[in-house]
Amino acid sequence: MTTTEISRSVLTLRPDFATIAAWIKPGSSVLDLGCGDGTLLHYLGNKLDVRGYGVEISAHNILACMQKGINVIHSDLESGLSGFENASFDYVILSQTLQAMKNTENIIQEILRVGKEGIVSFPNFGYWKNRLQVAAGHMPVSSNLPYQWYDTPNIHLCTLHDFEQLCQKHKVNILERRVMNHDKKVAFFPNLFGILAFYRFGHAA
Amino acid sequence: MQDSDSIGIVSARRVHFDTPLSLKSRAVLDSYELVYETYGELNPERSNAILVCHALSGNHHVAGVYADNPKNTGWWNNMIGPGKPIDTRKFFVIGINNLGGCHGSTGPISINNRTGKRYGPDFPLVTTSDWAKTYVRFADQFGIDCFAAIIGGSLGGMSAMQLALDAPERVRHVAVIAASARLTAQNIAFNDVARQAILTDPDFHGGDYYSHGTHPRRGLRLARMLGHITYLSDDSMASKFGRELRNGSLAFNYDVEFQIESYLHYQGDKFADLFDANTYLLMTKALDYFDPAQDYDGNLSAAFARAQADFLVLSFTSDWRFSPERSREIVKALLDNKLNVSYAEIPSTYGHDSFLMQDDYYHQLVRAYMDNISI
Repeated sequence: MTTTEISRSVLTLRPDFATIAAWIKPGSSVLDLGCGDGTLLHYLGNKLDVRGYGVEISAHNILACMQKGINVIHSDLESGLSGFENASFDYVILSQTLQAMKNTENIIQEILRVGKEGIVSFPNFGYWKNRLQVAAGHMPVSSNLPYQWYDTPNIHLCTLHDFEQLCQKHKVNILERRVMNHDKKVAFFPNLFGILAFYRFGHAA
Repeated sequence: MQDSDSIGIVSARRVHFDTPLSLKSRAVLDSYELVYETYGELNPERSNAILVCHALSGNHHVAGVYADNPKNTGWWNNMIGPGKPIDTRKFFVIGINNLGGCHGSTGPISINNRTGKRYGPDFPLVTTSDWAKTYVRFADQFGIDCFAAIIGGSLGGMSAMQLALDAPERVRHVAVIAASARLTAQNIAFNDVARQAILTDPDFHGGDYYSHGTHPRRGLRLARMLGHITYLSDDSMASKFGRELRNGSLAFNYDVEFQIESYLHYQGDKFADLFDANTYLLMTKALDYFDPAQDYDGNLSAAFARAQADFLVLSFTSDWRFSPERSREIVKALLDNKLNVSYAEIPSTYGHDSFLMQDDYYHQLVRAYMDNISI
């Protein structure tokens, strides 16, 4: 990718990344778990002077990050974040990966061990179209959940309410919530009309 | 196969140093020579120099071929050249035979000016720290204030880390491949068996075999055979040799029967003809002694506090001599110091030797990293 191509891709940052980026203070340090091709970190580094590392397990994504000049660490999130010290980052981000993890509870705890704050996004299973498909007798398939039940990597889907219950259980202090329907904010019945959920959280006060 | 992007014909040069070099062992070398090769052009800013450090049995002949010996291809020719991952159109690449080596730099087979005889056992043990000093002096000779990068696999990766620790202002990027921050007990044990094979060879004569007109060939051969086993993986040996017999049936004697035996003997013989036993001993000790955390109560993160460079760390899944776990320890120390670092574990079946092999993903990673180095 050339420099021009990269800067163009930065200008058209995906709406879900833009939501996360809006929460990040300039000059802070970020650990992006499951960072994909490094687009978010690349944006944060260029626009907000953020210092950070991505964590990835896919060879394809690790290479893409390195081609962008992003720090990327090959590691399996399922085995935790033992390579990272306590409170070593301002933010630890887990973007649309939570629902595909086996060790869901462990990763939430690890995020708050390593980061001062955590930022998590996931597809809201409570979205009305999902509910409709279940009511019609089928597992939901949509642009945000584009898999059949037999080939989906999403093994731990949840609704906004479910996630907030888990936070309560682990004494996770939700600082901010943003619910999106494509590029629109959802304020009215978010657990019904929201497609993607974003949470910024910290330790219990 | 014709290698269209090879650097082509290269030649070795040598540089003499007259300033005495104080070694970690407290011995002093009054003067010494280093033999080296370079590929590509040093730019006017002298900001595009890359130093490639060799492993235990490597040398300065990193890429290209010699005019009088076109079959003698550099040991990392697949990685370095015009258009290759370490691109000589961008970088000025330097290979140095380490001090103590046996390919032209001052070492045990060199003549000691004080005695007029070969050093032999009198050549002091040298460490990665001593090499780092020689790299800095070498850079001074070329007016290179700061290497764009220092790169090495195995012992070469340790030498690269050592420079980043001992002279942090002299290197901007470090690529540490299939290396370790310290050898494990098992790893030192392998080195000890290799050394014992040489030291107990009746032809060794306390290291002064030159004046006896002998060479501890049997010991060196065994040392290399043992080493070679540990550089491969169980799987790669199984797929390459399996239990295949040379002559199709068992002979019920102790001659060479299995193909793996034949291969190991060939490797051992070839090596014993080309390498010096004292240098082999010295290089294994340099491996054993490398332990930057030693002065910091074993705390590797504290040891890396003085490093400033950006790092690339690579390991190979089938490498059990320098396993991915060892590389992760290095990465942890770099992360603890908030240094820029990328780390990848490369799927491979070739064991420790993977770092010398042509592999698409491996080479793409190195290329990506090198492309992002500004000069």
